[in-house]
Amino acid sequence: MDQQMKPFHHALRIRKEICIGCSRCIRVCPTEALRVIDGKAKLHPEWCIDCGECFKVCPVKAIVVEDDDIAKIFRYKHRILLIPSIFFAQFEEKLTLDAIKGILYDMGFTELCTVEQGADLLVDEINRYVAEFEGEKPVISSYCPAVVRLIQIRFPSFADRIMRLIPPLEITAQYYRNEYEKNGVPLEDVGIFYVTPCAAKIAAIKAPVGGYISPINGVINMSELYNKVFLAYKQKGITENEHCTLIHSSISSVGVRWSMVGGEADIFRGRALAIDSMPNVIEFLERLENEEIKGIDFLELRACDMSCCGGILVQDNRFLIKERIDKMAEELPEKHMLDQEFRNVCSGYIPMEPVEPRAMVKYHADLKIALQRMEEARRLRDQLPDIDCSACGAPSCEALADDIVCNRATMKHCVILHAHRANPEMMEKIWGKKRFIKK
Amino acid sequence: MNLSFQIQGGDFTSAGTASSQVRRTLKELGVDASVIKRVVVALYEAEVNVVAHAYRGTISAEISPDKVFMKLVDEGPGITDIEKAMTPGFSTASQEVREMGFGAGMGLPNICRNADVFNIHSVPGKGTTVEITIQFK
Repeated sequence: MDQQMKPFHHALRIRKEICIGCSRCIRVCPTEALRVIDGKAKLHPEWCIDCGECFKVCPVKAIVVEDDDIAKIFRYKHRILLIPSIFFAQFEEKLTLDAIKGILYDMGFTELCTVEQGADLLVDEINRYVAEFEGEKPVISSYCPAVVRLIQIRFPSFADRIMRLIPPLEITAQYYRNEYEKNGVPLEDVGIFYVTPCAAKIAAIKAPVGGYISPINGVINMSELYNKVFLAYKQKGITENEHCTLIHSSISSVGVRWSMVGGEADIFRGRALAIDSMPNVIEFLERLENEEIKGIDFLELRACDMSCCGGILVQDNRFLIKERIDKMAEELPEKHMLDQEFRNVCSGYIPMEPVEPRAMVKYHADLKIALQRMEEARRLRDQLPDIDCSACGAPSCEALADDIVCNRATMKHCVILHAHRANPEMMEKIWGKKRFIKK
Repeated sequence: MNLSFQIQGGDFTSAGTASSQVRRTLKELGVDASVIKRVVVALYEAEVNVVAHAYRGTISAEISPDKVFMKLVDEGPGITDIEKAMTPGFSTASQEVREMGFGAGMGLPNICRNADVFNIHSVPGKGTTVEITIQFK
């Protein structure tokens, strides 16, 4: 690990008192950052990318998202909520946009703004950026923060391909902060809050990449806010909403689809691909690293299945949400009401510094020691049963062998070999004799 | 660290397995990304050459702390004029192979460009042996 690097800020935390150490999470982690130790899942903070795969599979909800308390909004006189279009698409049609907005105003927000207002000007910016890009293509979108972190850690050689433009969320936040500042409102009175569909966006706001500082003051958990809105609706019904400024919540057909699969790829005028879900993203990046893929200009990569519709904090089925958004898009204009203002105000904010690579050191920083350890790990793997049962607390036999050579575990951790020693007949009846012959 | 692979002539779906495994190994060891890229380009080209031209072959990769040494030995028609085969653009690939995006005739020069040491030895009617060495620093 580079000692000069600050550790990642994480938005996912394991509640030890609730974790039952079942090992489900360690098997789905794309960076193998989890182990079971002393009956609890333990996270390797340098390797976690906040993608939320562990959150999805936890059977006891031991993994929590470190969001901000909604009460925090009352520290500010102006309480601005940036809402992604997905938030509205979670609700059935009878709870109309106006009704939801009315409930949110009743909860204490003073301004409701659509996050994807910042997307429209990116259409030209992305096309120009890729056309002028001098490095090796494809350029990779900076939209999904879990993908950005995946690249930093698992594909560090692609870090310089990540588009150096801030995502729509940050453009919109900059716009509204600027608006208040321009109108002479002291910035300490302005609280900008974002409703997030995932953990990765929280981490990205609290610890952004590319030398950027986010103006967002707090992040609200989408699933919690969904519950609050739905409860208010069930208890009080639809309230009259007088405050709503239509202009701030207006959205274009391009913007509303931005967080869907193809939201960016479809507006790109060259050869672009839209790839969603972590296994698909990894598979594609592996092939790209293998020099097998040529001629693609732009990659839209999203960590969640069905992109943000499948975010870990999004309620309702991701396919239904996509359907509702597509329906909304049909009725929306090509441009939102603040399109020109955004272009005038935000172009200076959009560029960011390059994303820094943070390659994970698997064996050792010294290549000679790394090579020795790798050879030892391969030798150990031949002795392990190769069934990836995770009963040792590591996600796979390969990971256990690596842990052993890095002095994090011992051969004694292998439960299958213990069981074989205790009762060879039974174990061989299940797994075959050959598996226990040392190669 | 030694890795070895078997290749079958005409099996394009498996072409790239060796270069992919070598890449993964070097990456896990923490070898510099620009070096890995050269290894992958050179080995992938050489691997595809065996698939496209030979009947079968073996690839071995020997990784030491300062370099990787790769050897591809094939049984195949061999190359009658190596000098000609080293010319950029020269190709003997069939139309079928070209349609799959291979056989543009840049194989050998491209391997040579990415290698620190490059050796090729061929016996017409028997087969070809290619040796590629890439230094880590």
